[in-house]
Amino acid sequence: MIRDNSLAGKIFDGFNILLMITIMIITAYPLLYVISASMSDPVQLAHHQGILLLPQGFTLRAYQLVLENPNISTGYKNTLIYVVGGTSINLFMTTLGAYVLSKKNMMWNNAIMFLIVFTMFFGGGMIPRFLLIRKLGMVNTRWALLIPNAIGTWNLIITRTSFMGIPNSLQESATIDGASDFTVLLRIILPLSLPVIAVMTLFYGVGHWNAWFDAMVFMRSRDLYPLQLFLREILIQNRADSMMINFDYVEGERYKELVKYSTIVVATVPVLFIYPFLQKYFVKGVMVGALKG
Amino acid sequence: MAKAEINVTYKINKSTGYRERIVKDFRINKYAYFMAMPVLLYYIIFHYAPMYGIMIAFKDFRPALGIWRSSWIGFQYFKDFLGSYYFWRLIKNTLMINVYQLIFGFPAPIIFALLLNELNNKVFKRTVQTVTYLPYFISVIVICGIIADFTDRNGVINDIIAIFGGERSTMLMRSELFRTIFVSSDIWTNLGWGTIVYLAALSNIDPKLYEAITIDGGGRWEKAIHITLPGIVPTIIILLILRIGNSMSLGWEKIILLYNPLTYETADVISSFVYRKGILEADYGYSAAVGLFNSIINFILLIMANKISRKVNETSLW
Repeated sequence: MIRDNSLAGKIFDGFNILLMITIMIITAYPLLYVISASMSDPVQLAHHQGILLLPQGFTLRAYQLVLENPNISTGYKNTLIYVVGGTSINLFMTTLGAYVLSKKNMMWNNAIMFLIVFTMFFGGGMIPRFLLIRKLGMVNTRWALLIPNAIGTWNLIITRTSFMGIPNSLQESATIDGASDFTVLLRIILPLSLPVIAVMTLFYGVGHWNAWFDAMVFMRSRDLYPLQLFLREILIQNRADSMMINFDYVEGERYKELVKYSTIVVATVPVLFIYPFLQKYFVKGVMVGALKG
Repeated sequence: MAKAEINVTYKINKSTGYRERIVKDFRINKYAYFMAMPVLLYYIIFHYAPMYGIMIAFKDFRPALGIWRSSWIGFQYFKDFLGSYYFWRLIKNTLMINVYQLIFGFPAPIIFALLLNELNNKVFKRTVQTVTYLPYFISVIVICGIIADFTDRNGVINDIIAIFGGERSTMLMRSELFRTIFVSSDIWTNLGWGTIVYLAALSNIDPKLYEAITIDGGGRWEKAIHITLPGIVPTIIILLILRIGNSMSLGWEKIILLYNPLTYETADVISSFVYRKGILEADYGYSAAVGLFNSIINFILLIMANKISRKVNETSLW
């Protein structure tokens, strides 16, 4: 923006900067609190009142308890399977659909497109979907989290729009040289669409990482739980048995709060560390979705 | 083989009968149609089959008999729902949470984006952005965990209230606080992230417009009101339509995580009610009927929002 040297402008700038700093503090404080509290001495933390900035005392015992907790490692392992497996299926199906729908000379394309877009406006709802997936025998299998969400319609449309931006002449000349649709998609469209593929990978990946509702509804055995479901037991339902292995009452009561905080850190920090590196792709994705959607 | 195909294509080009066109289209695009199969199957199985399943809203559904052989009961479930004690409570709560979101949650990123836009220092601006984007990457469950901890009787927020002489309470047990907690935590999560779209729209504004208004003697305030704001109005409207279209399913996963029987009075919305009745209490027909009611309102809202915006602003989703 252009500099403004009037008095009113300077006062405004001053207030604006103050406001921004306040907003940053409000945004970051809960995270700072959780990190500091997770490393504090439990007794000192319990007696502490008011704003907490630095750890009160220092112990990593809670982290030790979290890392010993088999639920956390099971959850991490399963989430990894759902994120990698689910995202691969998502990408396969989305690029396939987007490619076909981006073709301009197909007779039934508009009909197919209508069929797909309509599902964004109206759907069967939670219960018929639940009954269907149960009927398909997917309950308590990993498939329940991988297949029923194989395509996000919004993502499909974004990908299609991006594919349509590739000059048609490239595809035509390849077709004349005898390339089939498979070849065109693999050799021409995909190499030219890496940015949108990256964005889709992130969107789908984050979706799988955060998902918990389907897992809660469809998973019976704890061996299949994603991390988020264990987090729910620990953070929301306050289930001490799921916080610590070999639950010892005295230590358990003492460290309960700390274990929650350190669980949050263990479950969140990896994502927060990766995110600044990927931020620009996310931003790009949001903009593609907003401008072309 | 290739030669034969070209011959066929040539022959069919001359006649334009409907059947020939289908055959020709299929011949040329058979691989593409083959590729479309899994996608079509996915939509038919996971989107259209549940639409068929809506039928259970009009049937006395017995899983053992299946959807088709269960007997019809007509609009019984709808009558039950409309006459039940829950009906108005659910409507009121769904409406109120949306109104709160529209009044407080929706404008927050717009104002924030405009203020960010006024920052002169690039590095500072980027720092503010990076920090405020962070909460968006925390999962709903962890956010609800943090909310539960902070609003607890011994949590930070109560500590602060106590310092100012207020009374401590477990805030998630108080129904009158639910909407405030829900909406303000949502603002916390989305404030920074929500600005991205607006900042993108701002960067598309032609700099010549700013130059022109400077020449005309316009100051910073005039620029903001006459150029910057109008520049993002189309974006605002599109996001408003999307928000209104989502209003029937707004944040229900978070509601399920945060509410409890003590706060159903203000927290329970149609979607969370469907979940409780259908999946927890296995009352399938009734909950599917309530869900259908929800989908229909949702559909109407989307169509209406789009119509209105097309009239007012010539900006519409389709």
